[in-house]
Amino acid sequence: MQELIRRYGISLSVIMAAMTAFWLLALVVIPNLVLFKFSFRLYLPVDQLGGPNDVYTLKNYITFFDSPIHINVFFATIMYSSIVTIICLIVTYPIAYMLAKVLKPTDTATFFLVLLIPLWVSEILRSFAWFIILSAQGPLNAFLVGIGLIEKPIRWITGFQAVVVGLVYAYILFMLLPIYNAIQALDTNQIEASQDLGASTWRTHWRVVIPHSKPGIASGCVMVFMLCAGSVVVPSTLASTNSRWFTEIIQQWMFEGLDWNVGSAYAFLLLVLCIVFVSLVMRVLNVRLVDIAK
Amino acid sequence: MNSQTFAKITVRVYLGLFIVYMLLPLAIMGGAGLNNTRFPSVYPWVGITDRWFIDLWNDQRMWGSIRNTTWVALAVVMISVPIGTAAAILLNSVKPKLRSVLYGFMVAPILTPGAVIGISTLLFWNSFGVSAGLYLSVLGQVSFVAAYVMLMVLARLQSFDPALEEAALDLGATHGQVIRRILVPHLYPAIIAGAVIAFFQSVENFNVTLFTRGNSDTLTVYVGSKIRSGITPTINALALLLIIVTVICAVIYEVLRRRAEKRAAALVAAED
Repeated sequence: MQELIRRYGISLSVIMAAMTAFWLLALVVIPNLVLFKFSFRLYLPVDQLGGPNDVYTLKNYITFFDSPIHINVFFATIMYSSIVTIICLIVTYPIAYMLAKVLKPTDTATFFLVLLIPLWVSEILRSFAWFIILSAQGPLNAFLVGIGLIEKPIRWITGFQAVVVGLVYAYILFMLLPIYNAIQALDTNQIEASQDLGASTWRTHWRVVIPHSKPGIASGCVMVFMLCAGSVVVPSTLASTNSRWFTEIIQQWMFEGLDWNVGSAYAFLLLVLCIVFVSLVMRVLNVRLVDIAK
Repeated sequence: MNSQTFAKITVRVYLGLFIVYMLLPLAIMGGAGLNNTRFPSVYPWVGITDRWFIDLWNDQRMWGSIRNTTWVALAVVMISVPIGTAAAILLNSVKPKLRSVLYGFMVAPILTPGAVIGISTLLFWNSFGVSAGLYLSVLGQVSFVAAYVMLMVLARLQSFDPALEEAALDLGATHGQVIRRILVPHLYPAIIAGAVIAFFQSVENFNVTLFTRGNSDTLTVYVGSKIRSGITPTINALALLLIIVTVICAVIYEVLRRRAEKRAAALVAAED
């Protein structure tokens, strides 16, 4: 802080500190504390506020733990978000490696220029695209029937399969980019040294490239999992009655049940899930927060 | 065929398939905006029509949502860029211990689901009597967009030589001059890039906006409600237009970037 004042003077330092404080306190920390507090209060009519019923209680969380349906949805969300994360990792790791170490830099630049298009098209349109492709009368069924692979149209949008397809498509670039950045920072000489010393391709990847790209892998996994678990758009476009997502239940409480207190308890559970996942990834891959957020 | 050509072909095929996978769905979605069928689809292809574009043009709600989106995005840029820049400068000049704590709080919003940010913003400002509306959407979006700006400016600060500031101060520059003439010119590329990212993050945002918007529409919320309430190819027409705008922006961005790179290279060559 003294360093700041010495360089930029007292008034500018105060302005910068005030802006940062406004951001961290008014937009990040206190709203989450309010959410936390709200989740322990009851939804009451105005005249009962401050009355004997206006107490701190675990009731909103008990609502969750008393509902097998909601618990099911919660774990289905975790499971399918994990599946999507793993699919994205397996598909993009080779691509990231090829782009960083095999392709010529100019070709890589062109490749990323083309990828800017899906990256900048909003996720709602990206999931809508799959809604059209997978719909019963859609192009996928027409194609499969056309080449004689299936006899009559398949209903794709049922269960979690369409949601998984949509989530992978919507968030796969968030896995590709950090892994690419990490591998690119690896000195190519190390890969060549490993090969010269007789290591197989697998061994080179396992012992040299993957350990080096761990921060990128961690970052990609955290981003993809968080975006999946918190996705509102993709499930609301591609889920069906037998595949509900946890965010849909939160929406129900907020918009249909109009019980913001239960809603905030559920939102807090989602937040806890993400915090647990981030810490787990940091522990397993042995990386720091600084490495993840790049 | 030796194993090296085989490997080369495998790489090309895999990367090619990935590009097709990323682009084909968008082409199908955009193409459906031109097809003259009631339900959006590219198959069967009935014929090219402009009726969905005309429907879209006449949709007042769509125009309102575009106005709102622009308004919100500009506000997000105006607030998050100064905050993110200030936070990065601050972070760069505090002691390591405080630095890592502050850093944790600053990147947390990036790792928080949008629904949680939206709901917590809504509850917090409601307790001051501010009801849901686009103002809250702006504040909610700023909370994580500022983090992106901060990260970009922070990265740029790594290549900044603090001795320049020392020299300026020794030579009698005021603190304001140090910022205006030395620090900001160095950070300029990161600030511009941060502003562009902030704008697009805001335009694309759905989750935070959904919970904070009140009754107002933004473009993404408009598209979302259209998809839920009976689909017509007007959404595909809109999607096609958005994709075209995106392509144009991507090309302009790339041309500018290459030009800047060339200029930088020429500068280095001239100095040698």
